[in-house]
Amino acid sequence: MVRMSLEDLYKEVILDHYRAPRNKGRLDPHDVVLERNNPLCGDEIELFLRFDGDTVEGIAFEGKGCSISQASASMMTEKIQGLSAKESGALAESIKAMMAGEEEGDPDALGDLVALKGVVKYPVRIKCALLGWNTLLEGLEEGGKPRG
Amino acid sequence: MSLNADVIRKDFPIFETLAHGKRLVYLDSASTSQKPQQVINRMVRFYETENANVHRSLYELAEKAEAAYEGARSACAGFIRARSDRSIVFTRGTTESVNLVRFSWGRSHVNAGDEILITEMEHHSNLVPWQLLAQETGATLRYLPITDDGELRMDLLGDYVTDKTKIVAVTLMSNVLGTINPVRDLADAVHAVGGRIVVDAAQAAPHMPVDVGELDTDFLAFSSHKMCGPTGAGVLYGREDLLEEMPPFHGGGEMIREVYDDYSTWNEIPHKFEAGTPNIAQAVGMGAAVEYLTDLTMEAVREHEKDIAAYAIDRLQAAGATVYGPADIQGRGAAVSFNLGAVHPHDMATIIDQEGVCIRAGHHCAQPLMRRLGVPATARASFYLYNTPEDVDALIDSLEVAKGWFA
Ligand SMILES: Cc1ncc(COP(=O)(O)O)c(C=O)c1O
Repeated sequence: MVRMSLEDLYKEVILDHYRAPRNKGRLDPHDVVLERNNPLCGDEIELFLRFDGDTVEGIAFEGKGCSISQASASMMTEKIQGLSAKESGALAESIKAMMAGEEEGDPDALGDLVALKGVVKYPVRIKCALLGWNTLLEGLEEGGKPRG
Repeated sequence: MSLNADVIRKDFPIFETLAHGKRLVYLDSASTSQKPQQVINRMVRFYETENANVHRSLYELAEKAEAAYEGARSACAGFIRARSDRSIVFTRGTTESVNLVRFSWGRSHVNAGDEILITEMEHHSNLVPWQLLAQETGATLRYLPITDDGELRMDLLGDYVTDKTKIVAVTLMSNVLGTINPVRDLADAVHAVGGRIVVDAAQAAPHMPVDVGELDTDFLAFSSHKMCGPTGAGVLYGREDLLEEMPPFHGGGEMIREVYDDYSTWNEIPHKFEAGTPNIAQAVGMGAAVEYLTDLTMEAVREHEKDIAAYAIDRLQAAGATVYGPADIQGRGAAVSFNLGAVHPHDMATIIDQEGVCIRAGHHCAQPLMRRLGVPATARASFYLYNTPEDVDALIDSLEVAKGWFA
């Protein structure tokens, strides 16, 4: 039982993204770069965004921290690339709502991101999972992109 | 005189509870300790039979409350070998004690151009108040560096304690590295230039004998909740002559002698610094905690923790962990910070919690120290009088589980 819930949290996907993060590294040139951390535990994310009109054409991150924070950021970059700013913002908001337990999360729309749902059971880790997403929302704003 | 932790555990009802269905392995006493039945009962007895406000009323019940509260003060004075109860100010804890010195002594003695010296290993509660005082007064805040082994660079003291140094604020025992600092040498150095020393004993007081005379400290702060007592109580020890000449901290009831429309006069020390109704039951509980520890003797507590910390460090290193802080057990306490390769401390804490093991992960309220160590976070296992070698074994076993996840 206990094992199961942990397995949820550290689902293969999360460990996979932690071990082999996607889009990790600087993105040059970029339109926006933003560094945010989780002051309580020291997780760090530096997020790079490049826009083509209204589309997030490039996204990459640097960072260090626990598996949840880094895997979440990695999954986020995979998912966001090619979406419009509006869609990106909406997705970030719905991930936040899912973590707050306000939304169930649509498995079809979320794909791999569904793995993050396991974190809901560990309230202290939710802010690790949301570090990348909150940084993205700020980044969209800084890039002058309207929010969904 | 040695402790039998297996017997001591029976005093702590929390160990009858389970964690995720397993034996509770509590390794976070540096954060807050568990409480023995004796302390819990003492507070219950106070509320059941002695409860009244202190210093105000003239009936017998109030005298009982007063006796309990002032008795706790005497117990705390004895615990740190203070010569007089008048040196013992009850506060909410270490943080409030340090801030009391900042506001009351600091603001009336520190000026632009002066220096405040702290160290690279301070807890935020013995750092941020001094940073604020420096900003308020235009004084300079300096940090005495540490070695890679987590010891103070005492060889640099001559450069860091100058004629401008008004305050040295230092921890007696680090909550991250476990280091026990040569506070007496710092006291001598700052006294030689006419400054004062403030000692953070939040970690030392629960774990080793503390003698304010031997340390020759001007101020010393500690918290009840880390030494078997309740939250909401703590002590600021201050030298009587310094407390006498210091302006009050908070204004309000109890701290005054006479109040006129445009001015007031102050009560005697320590009451001058205890405005309003204090945390009476908590102070009484703190007194009971001091008695509990005194019965066991702090020498025995320290010896027990040396054994358990040495065993833990050995086993952690054998398990491949990097352990921070001094290698020599004589120079350190039982807060053991470490990192374990690929397993991030947060992941570790979540995983081993499932095995019933409670540790702390993060920056331990010492961000400048984490930067100095070059790590974003560490895991910390901290041991106390109720921890046994079995607890260390459970920690190591649980770490193997965590390693398995990331293998
Ligand atoms: C070294 C040290 N100083 C100060 C404090 C602050 O104590 P409190 O939170 O009880 O005020 C702590 C506890 O976290 C500590 O470990």
